[in-house]
Amino acid sequence: MNTLLEVSGVSVSFDGFRAINNLSFQIGPQELRAVIGPNGAGKTTFMDIVTGKTRPDEGRVTYGERSQSLLKMSESEIARAGVGRKFQRPTVFEDQSVADNLMMALKKDRGPFAVLAFRPSRADEARVEELAGEIGLAAALHRKAGELSHGQKQWLEIGMLLAQDPQLLLVDEPAAGMTVSEREHTTDILVEAAKTRAVVVVEHDMEFVRRLGCKVTVLHEGSVLAEGSIDHVTSDGKVIEVYLGR
Amino acid sequence: MADVTLSPGRRTPLALRYPSVMIFLACLALFTLGVTVLAEGFGIGVISTSFVKTLGKTLCLCLVALAMDLVWGYCGILSLGHMAFFGLGGYAIGMWLMYARTEIIVAESLANQPLPPTPEEISQGIATQIFGVVGSSEFPPIWAFAHSLPLQLAAVVLVPGLLALVFGWLAFRSRVTGVYLSILTQAMTLALSLYLFQNDSGLRGNNGLSGLQNLPGLDHVPQSTVSIWFLWASAFALGAGYVLCAWVVSGKFGSVIRAIRDDEARVRFLGYPVEVYKLFIFTLTAVIAGIAGALYYPQAGIINPAEIAPIASIYLAVWVAIGGRGRLYGAVIGAAFVSLLSTWFTGGQAPDVNLGFYTIEWVNWWTVLLGLSFVAVTLFAPKGIGGLVDLIVDRRSPDRHGADLGPDEGALREKEAER
Ligand SMILES: Nc1ncnc2c1ncn2[C@@H]1O[C@H](COP(=O)(O)OP(=O)(O)O)[C@@H](O)[C@H]1O
Ligand SMILES: [Mg+2]
Repeated sequence: MNTLLEVSGVSVSFDGFRAINNLSFQIGPQELRAVIGPNGAGKTTFMDIVTGKTRPDEGRVTYGERSQSLLKMSESEIARAGVGRKFQRPTVFEDQSVADNLMMALKKDRGPFAVLAFRPSRADEARVEELAGEIGLAAALHRKAGELSHGQKQWLEIGMLLAQDPQLLLVDEPAAGMTVSEREHTTDILVEAAKTRAVVVVEHDMEFVRRLGCKVTVLHEGSVLAEGSIDHVTSDGKVIEVYLGR
Repeated sequence: MADVTLSPGRRTPLALRYPSVMIFLACLALFTLGVTVLAEGFGIGVISTSFVKTLGKTLCLCLVALAMDLVWGYCGILSLGHMAFFGLGGYAIGMWLMYARTEIIVAESLANQPLPPTPEEISQGIATQIFGVVGSSEFPPIWAFAHSLPLQLAAVVLVPGLLALVFGWLAFRSRVTGVYLSILTQAMTLALSLYLFQNDSGLRGNNGLSGLQNLPGLDHVPQSTVSIWFLWASAFALGAGYVLCAWVVSGKFGSVIRAIRDDEARVRFLGYPVEVYKLFIFTLTAVIAGIAGALYYPQAGIINPAEIAPIASIYLAVWVAIGGRGRLYGAVIGAAFVSLLSTWFTGGQAPDVNLGFYTIEWVNWWTVLLGLSFVAVTLFAPKGIGGLVDLIVDRRSPDRHGADLGPDEGALREKEAER
C-alpha cells in the first residue's frame, strides 16, 4: 500500500516530559482514520508535529508522492503542500463574515501580490455558496463568524478546510459541543471528504468513532497502543485497561 | 471595518466596497477649497499663512496616521517607530532643499569676484555654509546626491522603505511579536535619533536642517502662495493615501491582514506566509510615512533629531487609538483632532485656568490632559471618536462577554469590534 503520510520514530519532550514517545504512524492517500486515546495521550501534539507547529526531537515525518520531509518546512509551507488542520477549539476569524472566512480559505495563490490583485470570479463565489450550503451556513453567509454558535463555528472551520482542498485533513475533536444531529452531519461530511483525500480524526466519543466505520489507532502516553477496527481495539485488553475501563 | 463587512463581491468598485472613500475625498476637497478661498495666497486672507501651514502639516500627520492604522489597526503590529520613517522622509527632502538653496546663495556671493568661481569653490562654499555649525567644511558621503531633486525624492521613498524592509525582515523572521516588537521599534527610533544628534552624523547634529520653507529659486514667490501649494500637495497625498489604504484593506488582502491581527497562527495553517504579509505592510506603511514627512517638513521649515524621538511615535499610536483603530477615517479624525488641539493648547492660545491656589497653564498641562484622554478612551470608548459614526449607522456589537476577537495581542477587543 502506498502511503501519503509516514511518521516514524518521532519523539518530543516538553521540559523533560515525553509527550510523544517513539511514535510511528502511516496513512494512505484516501483513507479515513480515527485516533483515540485518553486526555494527554499526545493526540494534539501529534497534529502539531505534522503541521509544523512543534518540532520533534527525533524521528522522521514524510509526506506526499515524493516523500518530502515536513520537518524543515514552515507551517504555511506545509499547509500549501496540502495539509489542512482543524483545531480542537474552533478557530475562525470572528471579526469577518462567513463568506470572507471561506473565501480566504479557498485554494488559491497565497502570495501577497496575487492576493492584492485577487477578485473573486463567479466560480469562486459559487464555490463559497456551495460550501456554506454543505456546512449548513447558507443563510449566515454575511454574518460575522463571531456571532455563530459554537457548533456553527466548528462547521465553519470544517468548511474552511474543505475550501482549502487539502490532500491530508487533520481534524481535532470535531464533534465537541455539537448536538446529536450535528454530529451525524459531521460524520457524513468527514466520510464524504475521505473519498478523495486522507482524513485523520481525533475524537473522544466512541459512538462518533463507531459511525465513522474506519480503522482506529489508539494512542497512549505518546505511542501507539493498538490499531485496527473499532471492534478489535475495544476488545483489546490493554486498551480496556488504560482507556475504556476507567 | 465598518465598511469592509460588505461582501467584496465581483468587480464591485472600490467606492462601494469601501463607502467612506467617496465621503472622505469629498470632505477633503471641500476643506482644501475652503482654506484656499479663505487664505492669503489666492483668497480673501481671513486665514493667516502660518495657520495654513498648520493645516497643511495636519494633513501630513493624518497621512502618517493612516499608515499607522494600516500597520496597527489592520495588521495588529503595534509599531512604535513609524515617526522615524516620517523623519527620514523629511531629512531626505530637507537635504536637497538646503543644498539647492545654499548653492544659489553661494553662487550669488561669488559672482561679484573678478574670476568666475570654479565648481570646487562653489562646492566648498556650500559645505562651509551648511556644515559650519558643526565645525566642518566638507560634505559627508551621505550628501552625495543632495544636488539632485529626483535622487533625493527617490530617497524619500527608498530610505524609509529599505530600513523598514531590513528591520522588518529581521524582526518578523524571528517571529518577534506583541510588546517585544513594540520595544524593538522604540529602540530603532531611539538609536536613529541618538545617532542623528551626533555632530559627525553628517546631518548637522542637533541643529538639524533649517530654512526648508524656502524653495530654491522661488524666493520671489511669497510664503502665502507656497503654503497653499503645500496644502494642495498634502491634501492630494492624503487623498491618494486614503484610496490606496482603502484598496489594500477592502479585498481579500484586507481579510488576510485582519486575520493576522486577530490570530496569526491560524493564518499560517491556511497556508499564508504571515511574515511576508507583515513585511509588506510594514514596508508599505514606512514608505507612506516617509512621503508624509517629506511634505510636512518643508511646511515646518526645520527638522532636527528631536522629531525622531521615541515619544513622537507613541503620540502617533495615541492619535490612532483616540480616533479609533481599524477604520481609516478614525485614524484621520484622531490625528487631525488631537494635533490641532495640541497646537492650540501648546501655542498658548488656551486661556489659563486660575484655581486661586494654583494656575493651570495649558502649555504644561496639555500632555497630562492628553494622557488622561488616552486612558479614558482605552477604558471607556475603545472605538474612539470614529465610534461615533456607528451611532449614526447603527451597528450592533457582538456580545462576547469580554473576550477578544482572537488570541493575539493585537487582536481587536470586544468593544472595538462591531457588526
Ligand atoms: N507546548 C507544550 N508545553 C508543555 N507541555 C505540553 C505542550 N503541548 C503538550 N504538552 C503536554 O503533552 C501531553 C500531550 O498533550 P496533548 O497532545 O494536548 O494531548 P491530547 O491527546 O489530549 O490532545 C500533555 O501532557 C500536555 O500537557
Ligand atoms: Mg487534544
